[in-house]
Amino acid sequence: MSGTFLFDGQPVPFTDGQTILQAARAAGHYIAHLCWHPDFPPHGSCKLCIVKVAGRHVSSCAMPAKEGMEVESNTPEINGERRALLQMLFVEGNHFCPSCEKSGNCQLQALAYDLEMLTPRFNHFFPDRPVDASHPEVLLDFNRCIFCELCVRASRDVDGKNVFALTGRGIHKHLVVNAESGRLADTDFSAADLAANICPVGVILKKRVGFAQPIGARKYDAQPIHVVAMQEDK
Amino acid sequence: MSQHDPVRVAEDVCLRHRRDRTRLLQVLIDAQERVGWLPPPLLTAIAAQLDLPRARVEGVAGFYSFLYPRPVGRYRVLFSDNITDRMLGAPALMEALCGKLRVEPGKLSEDGLVSVATTSCTGMCDQGPALLVNGRPLTRLDHARIDQIAELIRRKQPLDAWPAELFQVDDNIRRRDALLGLSQQPGEALAAAIARGRDGWLEQMHLAKLRGRGGAGFTTAVKWMACRDAAGADKVVVCNADEGEPGTFKDRVLLASFADLVFEGMTLAAWAVGARQGLLYLRGEYRYLLDGLRTTLARRRAAGLLGQGILGEAGFDFDIDIHLGAGAYVCGEESALLESLEGKRGTPRIRPPFPVTHGYLGRPTVVNNVETLAKTTLIALAGGTAFAATGTAQSTGTKLLSISGDCARPGIYEYPFGVSVDRVLEDCGASDVQAVQVGGASGVTLAGYEFHRRIAFEDVPTAGAFMVFDSSRDMFEVARNFVHFFAHESCGFCTPCRVGTALLEGYMDKLAAGHGAKMDLADIEWIGRLLKNASHCGLGASAPNPVADTLLKFRPAYERRLKNLDFEPAFDLDAALAPARRITGRDDPGAHLDTAQETSQ
Repeated sequence: MSGTFLFDGQPVPFTDGQTILQAARAAGHYIAHLCWHPDFPPHGSCKLCIVKVAGRHVSSCAMPAKEGMEVESNTPEINGERRALLQMLFVEGNHFCPSCEKSGNCQLQALAYDLEMLTPRFNHFFPDRPVDASHPEVLLDFNRCIFCELCVRASRDVDGKNVFALTGRGIHKHLVVNAESGRLADTDFSAADLAANICPVGVILKKRVGFAQPIGARKYDAQPIHVVAMQEDK
Repeated sequence: MSQHDPVRVAEDVCLRHRRDRTRLLQVLIDAQERVGWLPPPLLTAIAAQLDLPRARVEGVAGFYSFLYPRPVGRYRVLFSDNITDRMLGAPALMEALCGKLRVEPGKLSEDGLVSVATTSCTGMCDQGPALLVNGRPLTRLDHARIDQIAELIRRKQPLDAWPAELFQVDDNIRRRDALLGLSQQPGEALAAAIARGRDGWLEQMHLAKLRGRGGAGFTTAVKWMACRDAAGADKVVVCNADEGEPGTFKDRVLLASFADLVFEGMTLAAWAVGARQGLLYLRGEYRYLLDGLRTTLARRRAAGLLGQGILGEAGFDFDIDIHLGAGAYVCGEESALLESLEGKRGTPRIRPPFPVTHGYLGRPTVVNNVETLAKTTLIALAGGTAFAATGTAQSTGTKLLSISGDCARPGIYEYPFGVSVDRVLEDCGASDVQAVQVGGASGVTLAGYEFHRRIAFEDVPTAGAFMVFDSSRDMFEVARNFVHFFAHESCGFCTPCRVGTALLEGYMDKLAAGHGAKMDLADIEWIGRLLKNASHCGLGASAPNPVADTLLKFRPAYERRLKNLDFEPAFDLDAALAPARRITGRDDPGAHLDTAQETSQ
């Protein structure tokens, strides 16, 4: 089964089982996202991919496409909300883009540029999130975690290791590793794991390669993320 | 640690739960009961016993308020922090207890004897202020009782040796109607439904037009039919007894004194949908009801009302198990409740799919509120048409209200739907009323000019909470209390709710400290809209309700806290002089008003 829906006024074809985000993307329309990944089932936590369908907000990553639905995505209203969500992510963690070795390769930073987030707007929370440098190959800098759970999912579903999980709740929710000591070195984590290579921000960082590629020549340095992402799809 | 060897404790407890991973939360609750808290080696041992990743066990242990991955006192005192408890003097009583025991709020005493902190509403608002000691509720606190409690703790008296009157919880039923006035023998309603056959029974449910009493108001018969028709023979009936909405306690009374009606309702649902398994999810705060509920279950089993071939009906097999919560309001959301029943963190699921097709362990599941299930017994006994004859066209039957706050007679009131707020206020002895919070923190704040409105899904919907505030109360502080509640109870899954509730908390505290500006009110409104639009579940969507309502209806309570009342008139004085300038042919600087200068003078 298949059909067509309207995405910002343009017809977009879909096949049964596709979500709004998947169908829109296949048709060349980018929808901002952080916790969604093409190789994993929808998660629906970051809410960057919200769109309006029949006047109601929905997560486009999780909502199945339906015949004739009218989807608003790239509107000042929705982009304003996405910007506010980004501002929320920036103030709840500790983000130092200019000195971060993920700069230019970071989806959070790239989206902030793309959605013209010019200020942090809200008061910073300045949480205390100590780094874990125990592992020989990989550093965990929890300051930038956005709780997309991609590392959790990759480690569990692909690597078969269950290295990561979330604990706490509300604003105190945080990432933990699978060791009584709480140290990454005491897990079976390896830099070759998918989980080590999937973080959209700068939490999971490989040691000794940080600035091998200079800032300015990185993924999102020359073109905005909505262009880069769609080129990757092709 | 020697008498609590983690490996042995884990082995014992996990074995008792048949090493069933879906019982992880129950395992953690039991293990903690043995040891007092959940030390890291114990979590490791439990993970090994259940063959689960340790991080997952730690994730669950860290989610629930009543699980302690860090040491707590041998006496864990938790003051109910709902606004009604606060209005009855809870903060001063907590301060007094901390002073007497020489312990700081939220900290463990140096000898490890006691810790004193707050918890979300304990559901004792009709007899507050209340607290929990090691999970057991104490009501009607005053300074004499606080002295007594401090003395008992200082003397290290075991809880079982404490005077029983401290633990007394009253029903406080003030008005009975169809449900609370019902006198029936256990099994009577069930026999009537069985006599009608499964389809005939569902037909009566249709005629009754019963809507869920948990707040959302979905038509129960439609839910049951969807579950019955869903693929899969292994259907489940879940009773949502996670009554956590601040200000509501009607399920507590139903479970304490009408448990037969609740279990009979679950069995009636099982008859309709063809379920064999029933689960009652009891909020941790109501743990003291557990023994009584288990006794009732045992009695019903003995009477042939549960088990194989119920009431002699071949093929009608159904039994009920009780799961305990551990202090997480979000688990009242049905999909979060299912996650919790499966032994996970209580994070609401993505929908679709819905629980009626993919619920508990992916099986078709009916999730109904305690009161909804109890009401089905009335339908079975008297028929759907008779049930639909009371209430309003869109809201049939009666509704239990949990009334607390500034009134002479707090307690449980049963009214036919459609009763006006005025009438309820009169009955409970409330005068000089400024506002009523209907439906709890996530509900609606009604101001005086709305008291003619009616309790019904088509006007003022409610899960049952009805909190009264007289003119002496500060509605800003009411809203601030609710904002703190939501920030504490957000599961943290989605960005808007996790960060938004924490931001709202910050703004409200800033205003409370007298540092507010008009811009803060604008930010509060904007974050509120974002929460409503973008949140993953109802908790985030309703978290801004009390602030939005009080900002709209009690704005002066906010504005008098602003340091800077940044007033900008819509009327432009200089523009009004334009005709005069035209007439005189002047447009030099002297013919203009310098508004900036004007206002600074």
